[in-house]
Amino acid sequence: MKLESKIPSGPLAEKWDKHRFDMKLINPANKRKFTAIIVGTGLAGGAAAASMAELGYNVLAFCYQDSARRAHSIAAQGGINAAKNYQNDGDSIWRLFYDTVKGGDFRSREANVYRLAQVSNEIIDQCVAQGVPFAREYGGTLANRSFGGAQVSRTFYARGQTGQQLLLGAYQALSRQVAAGKVKLFTRHEMLDLVLVDGHAKGIVTRDMVTGNIESFAADAVILATGGYGNVFFLSTNAKGCNVTANYRAYRRGAAFANPCYTQIHPTCIPVSGDYQSKLTLMSESLRNDGRIWVPKSKDDNRHPNDIPEEDRDYYLERKYPSFGNLAPRDISSRSAKEVCDEGRGVGETGRGVYLDFSDAINRLGKQTIEDRYGNLFQMYERITGDDPYTVPMRIYPASHYTMGGLWVDYNLMSTIPGLHVIGEANFSDHGANRLGASALMQGLADGYFVIPYTIGDYFARTGPSGITTDHPEFKKVHEEVHGRIEKLLSINGKRTVDTFHRELGNVMWEYCGMSRNEAGLKKALELIPRIREEFWEDVKVMGDNEAMNQSLEKAGRVADFLEFGELMCWDALERDESCGAHFREEHQTEEGEAVRNDKDYCHVAAWEFTGVGEKPKRHVEELEFENVELATRSYK
Amino acid sequence: MNLTLHVWRQKNAQDKGRMETYEARDISEHMSFLEMLDVVNEQLMEKDIEPIHFDHDCREGICGMCSMVINGIAHGPERSTTVCQLHMRHFKDGDKIYIEPWRSRAFPVIRDLVVNRQAFERVIQAGGYVSVNTGGAPDANAIPIAKQEADRAMDAAACIGCGACVAACKNASAMLFVAAKMGHLASLPQGRVEAERRAERMVAQMDAEGFGNCTNYFECEAVCPKNISVDFIAQMNREFMKSSWRRKRK
Ligand SMILES: Cc1cc2nc3c(=O)[nH]c(=O)nc-3n(C[C@H](O)[C@H](O)[C@H](O)COP(=O)(O)OP(=O)(O)OC[C@H]3O[C@@H](n4cnc5c(N)ncnc54)[C@H](O)[C@@H]3O)c2cc1C
Ligand code: FES
Repeated sequence: MKLESKIPSGPLAEKWDKHRFDMKLINPANKRKFTAIIVGTGLAGGAAAASMAELGYNVLAFCYQDSARRAHSIAAQGGINAAKNYQNDGDSIWRLFYDTVKGGDFRSREANVYRLAQVSNEIIDQCVAQGVPFAREYGGTLANRSFGGAQVSRTFYARGQTGQQLLLGAYQALSRQVAAGKVKLFTRHEMLDLVLVDGHAKGIVTRDMVTGNIESFAADAVILATGGYGNVFFLSTNAKGCNVTANYRAYRRGAAFANPCYTQIHPTCIPVSGDYQSKLTLMSESLRNDGRIWVPKSKDDNRHPNDIPEEDRDYYLERKYPSFGNLAPRDISSRSAKEVCDEGRGVGETGRGVYLDFSDAINRLGKQTIEDRYGNLFQMYERITGDDPYTVPMRIYPASHYTMGGLWVDYNLMSTIPGLHVIGEANFSDHGANRLGASALMQGLADGYFVIPYTIGDYFARTGPSGITTDHPEFKKVHEEVHGRIEKLLSINGKRTVDTFHRELGNVMWEYCGMSRNEAGLKKALELIPRIREEFWEDVKVMGDNEAMNQSLEKAGRVADFLEFGELMCWDALERDESCGAHFREEHQTEEGEAVRNDKDYCHVAAWEFTGVGEKPKRHVEELEFENVELATRSYK
Repeated sequence: MNLTLHVWRQKNAQDKGRMETYEARDISEHMSFLEMLDVVNEQLMEKDIEPIHFDHDCREGICGMCSMVINGIAHGPERSTTVCQLHMRHFKDGDKIYIEPWRSRAFPVIRDLVVNRQAFERVIQAGGYVSVNTGGAPDANAIPIAKQEADRAMDAAACIGCGACVAACKNASAMLFVAAKMGHLASLPQGRVEAERRAERMVAQMDAEGFGNCTNYFECEAVCPKNISVDFIAQMNREFMKSSWRRKRK
């Protein structure tokens, strides 16, 4: 397996322009001779499908929900970054680029990140043109807020529903192309495998979730935009349906999986309350603009938070990171929360929680201002916990939220399988070992609106229309395999439900491959996971048949893939013997508990090649070269 | 607490369907309604009964996937709340709970509580967008937009497309859903340009899908989890009148 990043030569700021000039073009009349399959219609897939159809390509788009508008991107609350510098506070493309590289703890590609910062401004223009109702100032200009890891105000937002509004923009553009006949949309269709013909990705096999029909689709290229795999932990802020299946099936067919151990644990979520719990709810990072995080100074302080005087409180982020304070990046904030809870200073029934307190902000700005800024989040919090955050501090705790790892892609967003492209959260490309807030929406839309529509043209121009149809024997073969797997799941007829396996796996992952990791724990997880997997295939209970909608069958297929994927994550975490960003190896920390990177041995991307179920996968390396920024110890003090 | 559930079970679109009764044991008041159903489903599977199918995804009240009628009310008894955000502390020990799918000719049942909402998709495809392609957009601050207008657009754009408005309406009217999209786009200069054409097309599609008329009962507003105001229906009617007027004069 060769990892060729295909980064264009020349100065950083000119690479993307130069590359666009060097890429082959397809004339408008010929574009309609090409068809692309796009799996996923979130921000990345929706934007790509709409933009490619506008250019004249034929698009077959797939999602597992009943509408493209329901992709998990809809749940993003806080905002989207861009280097507009509308606030005149010293922002620039360079600064956004630098903050992102530094935020990612110097584990991403300079060229990709620079391109991302460059197109960020066009994204905001595009969204406004589509009618996205961003927040505005009284003068009619766009409003901004701050997010973690940045000292400028560059985040655009639409109340606490930014992801929803951006997705509706993309969804509407997509709907327009459906009406124009350029996009064929297959909702409630789950991709279960990838089909390669002569080494190139030329189609997929899906299951119609209403009828159970297994169907094949052929095209000239396949684009995966299937989101992240945070649900490997069972409890996460992701939607219940988020899964690794599409990515994992592609990995099994030969696509390299990069940095799977880089998973982001978000510092501000509503804590776990009981073992029936099905998911965790995020409280947007934007709350940290006005909320102050603290725990009692001493252990076993059981007083009501409002009865604990100032001098007995420890505002630990402000204490440890005076220049960024409550806006320290996510990995650092999460670990600090874990630390104080491990010391026994956590709050709430379970002791796994810290306070996020708005009383100072309410005193300073008034309740109305806080309500205007965060009203819907406060309401959501109250609905779930029954507590009123205007009068009692919120209780929060870190939870699995986002995955920086994903399928390896080159500068053109193509994986190691020719023709298979990967965009949005599903790829590994831009965030290194830690993503900054409000940068995932930016990356998804950058990939979908402004990168893939160009780079796919280059692939098409080089390969020409394939003329392959689903009659090709490869399609028959993969179809049979998918069918066999479903039959197998339905025939085990064991005693344990799918959810019990998923929870068991989630506990192992959270315990040994969560916020902090060590060698012994990871080795233990590598023993435990195969056992859970074996038991799953012997004792899982999947009821019903494949003739109708069958939600336990859907879940079973996804959990089966998580049970293999979890092992891959642990291998990656074990072999990356350094701490960087969200990957914290306990063996590598300073006396104060800060992460210690090892640039000499690990300044690279680890890309894994599948070698068989239960076999140790093969690790490949793409060295990261930093020509424009200096590798520094990340400091937010 | 312990509850008695009466749940609509229907294997597929062809099946006639019927209510079934199940006991829900040891339900905690901290559970969400869907977590309660998860627990019941685990208990059913232990008894070799197939789990109750229902749509859900985000469980945060934003994706619009969850959809069920609880004791006769779309999304249940809490105002401005999707069923995934409804918590069991609003029920008490011994309660009988009736759970049914959205009922509307335009939303046929797929299985149990899951319905087909493709009619909404086609209404959006008919014109629920601004006709711009990717690329070449003017600078985002080029056209100032008054804060009140942006806020009003956002009030309408908050719609999650769940379909509760249709389920609650005795005429199965989709007016609130359609009006919200038109109100969102028409409140902004970018969307204003084709407002009339959009109104004509979306209304025509809405009628073609078999949604009923609005006769001002406003049950839709009462169940809307996002508090979309019926004022948008009035605005839509004005828009539609204007455009049909112009057509007549031509
Ligand atoms: C609660 C929450 C809040 C967030 N807030 C922010 C924020 O404020 N700012 C920010 O920048 N980022 C935020 N993020 C991150 C961001 O929302 C996501 O990273 C981003 O939206 C992912 O977009 P995507 O298009 O890659 O994938 P998604 O939106 O997850 O879309 C995945 C698509 O793939 C489809 N799919 C998946 N598997 C299959 C399959 N096997 N077959 C067929 N279809 C499939 C799904 O149907 C869906 O259409 C947040 C994330 C969460 C969880
Ligand atoms: S599950 Fe998403 S709104 Fe209820």
